[in-house]
Amino acid sequence: MAELGKSVLKGEGITKVFGYGKTRTVAVDHVDFDFREGEVISIVGESGSGKTTIARMILGLIGITEGSLEFNGQPRDISSGKKRKEYWKNIQAVFQDPFSSFNMFNKIDDLLLDCINMTGGKHLPKEKKDELMTEACSFVNLKYAELTNKYPFELSGGQMQRLMIARIFLLKPKILIADEPTSMVDACSRATILDMLLKLRDEINMTIIFITHDIGLAYYVSDTVYIMEHGKFVEAGSAEDVIIHPQATYTRRLISDVPKIYGEWDLSTVGD
Amino acid sequence: MLHQIKQVFHSPKFVAGFVIFVFLLLFSILYPIFSPYGPMEMVGNIFYAPGTYVSVVDTAQSSEKVTMNVDTAQATLDATLTDDTRNKMKTWLVNQAGIAESDIDIEDTETLISLWNENYDPELSTGMITADKRAYERLNTQIQTLEESGGIILATEDEEGNLEVSEEVDGQQFVNVNDVTNKVAFPLGTDNFGADVMTKLASSIGVSLRIGLLAGLIATAIGLVIGLLSGYLGGWVDNLLVFITNLFTVIPSFVILILIANSVGQAARGPMMVALIIGCTGWPWTARSVRSQVLSLRNRDHVNLSKLSGHSLPRIVAVDILPYLASYVVMAMILQISSGILSEAQLSMLGLGPSTAEATTLGLMMNWAQKFGALTSMSWWAFIPVIISIALITFSLNLMNTGLDQVFNPQLRDS
Repeated sequence: MAELGKSVLKGEGITKVFGYGKTRTVAVDHVDFDFREGEVISIVGESGSGKTTIARMILGLIGITEGSLEFNGQPRDISSGKKRKEYWKNIQAVFQDPFSSFNMFNKIDDLLLDCINMTGGKHLPKEKKDELMTEACSFVNLKYAELTNKYPFELSGGQMQRLMIARIFLLKPKILIADEPTSMVDACSRATILDMLLKLRDEINMTIIFITHDIGLAYYVSDTVYIMEHGKFVEAGSAEDVIIHPQATYTRRLISDVPKIYGEWDLSTVGD
Repeated sequence: MLHQIKQVFHSPKFVAGFVIFVFLLLFSILYPIFSPYGPMEMVGNIFYAPGTYVSVVDTAQSSEKVTMNVDTAQATLDATLTDDTRNKMKTWLVNQAGIAESDIDIEDTETLISLWNENYDPELSTGMITADKRAYERLNTQIQTLEESGGIILATEDEEGNLEVSEEVDGQQFVNVNDVTNKVAFPLGTDNFGADVMTKLASSIGVSLRIGLLAGLIATAIGLVIGLLSGYLGGWVDNLLVFITNLFTVIPSFVILILIANSVGQAARGPMMVALIIGCTGWPWTARSVRSQVLSLRNRDHVNLSKLSGHSLPRIVAVDILPYLASYVVMAMILQISSGILSEAQLSMLGLGPSTAEATTLGLMMNWAQKFGALTSMSWWAFIPVIISIALITFSLNLMNTGLDQVFNPQLRDS
């Protein structure tokens, strides 16, 4: 585990309410968190517990109904297009479904070029850009020469998701939100993708926020685990504390739901 | 993209619709080129049944045929006034009327005849035997008959363009149609204005398609812009645009169409004006469906990713949303074109179509057929071909739409 640094993202009383009147739904209900530099955080919960809503609020894709969010010790300001762009240089995401993460009408090169342009490499010579893209692709075990001029639908799901990580490699953000990045890829690619993300974390000291429903995965990758139920954090703490010694009944239930193969996962001490 | 276009042409429904449509389009473009008459030119009497005509009226009302008539008359003159006759006329004019021989040129038919007409008088035939007197009287009658030109001369044109009289026919006589060079063919008869229905139909299909295309383009463009803005921006912009769209949806668009068409006035209503009016009332359904598509698209991850890459709103709409809508928009536009053509026909049937002096449209042809009693006089050729054309156009467009739908929505594909 890497040394934990200063706070990069701090939320207090973050709330999101959708709709009004009869359709009013509180998706996220007054949650507090404090994410630190280089930390790997997992937010674990069932479908509909509000994990993705938190991720979108942090990304600034949807507004926050109530609460304050501090980025690098300053209140987050994304009121203008320029400030948003600046914010998004520091915070990026990998989404769940690689097939819907790509614009099917654009070539792969365009996606990677966008990242180079965003990080100020707009006026680099073409050779330099190619070099950067090749480096990014080889980081995720892909060959740029094979990908250039191809469309996303010509790739497999695992390749697409690795390309998404190549994108993060080029952008080098401070915070990465990985919204169930492995749930749509096969088990083999899953381990590769997780390893790549962790390797990237070590290289550029990036904070990773894993959004997942898989508590086993959370235990495997994270320093800190937040358990979420009905828009609230019911339990938070280090991975050891939360998963080996769970306090909340909801956490125990989540852990008991993990399939046990040949008793390899000895979680009988967990209770229930 | 290329792959999808290939797939489109593998869909039997699309290909069938496309073939019908292209056939109609080519007909409307090519037929007027080969047709000798303009679409609104009066070339016959009203409601001639389909077929070929050899009629004094037909020939008289066609400018081309009039010149041929003059030529045939000339040819007959030349045939009647042989050198022998001319010499006889000259002899009479010199001996009996006392005209100097040098003044008479027997080669100049016109002067010869006018001299003859001025001077011939049976009383002057003195000192001639009775048989000669009678012969001159007969010659005079013959010349006078020629001038009146009562019958019809059938002439054939040789390679140098000279007309040669083949037969002379009385006005009451029947002739073999194959002998006649200046016959008039109306494959679909004539309409109430005496215009060739086939030519008019070709031109009407062209104008109607143009009206439909423009109306469809305008309706789709308005619907697309409103749907995109409303769906993507959300908030109060969405509320306002949905309110306006609902207003247009709730009031039957045909009523709005009638009101606008009526207030614009007959004089200002050209075909393109009518297309504009139809386009401006036909957009609400496109706007609604585009909006709902954008609503589901704007939450897709690739749009979020594009935002995270710092792209501006116009770029996101143009690059990340529009291409996904393109197939749908093309299909919606095809339907808009077809409904635009139908709307034009409806408006024209009510007498609110394009002004009649400017162009002919399918709707106007039906309107005229109805007004001038084509139905009661059993002149089916004045409206049945029009109805078939409208049905074929809309059928082919809908067929193409279904074909496209099957390609772009694989769930609808029949196995």
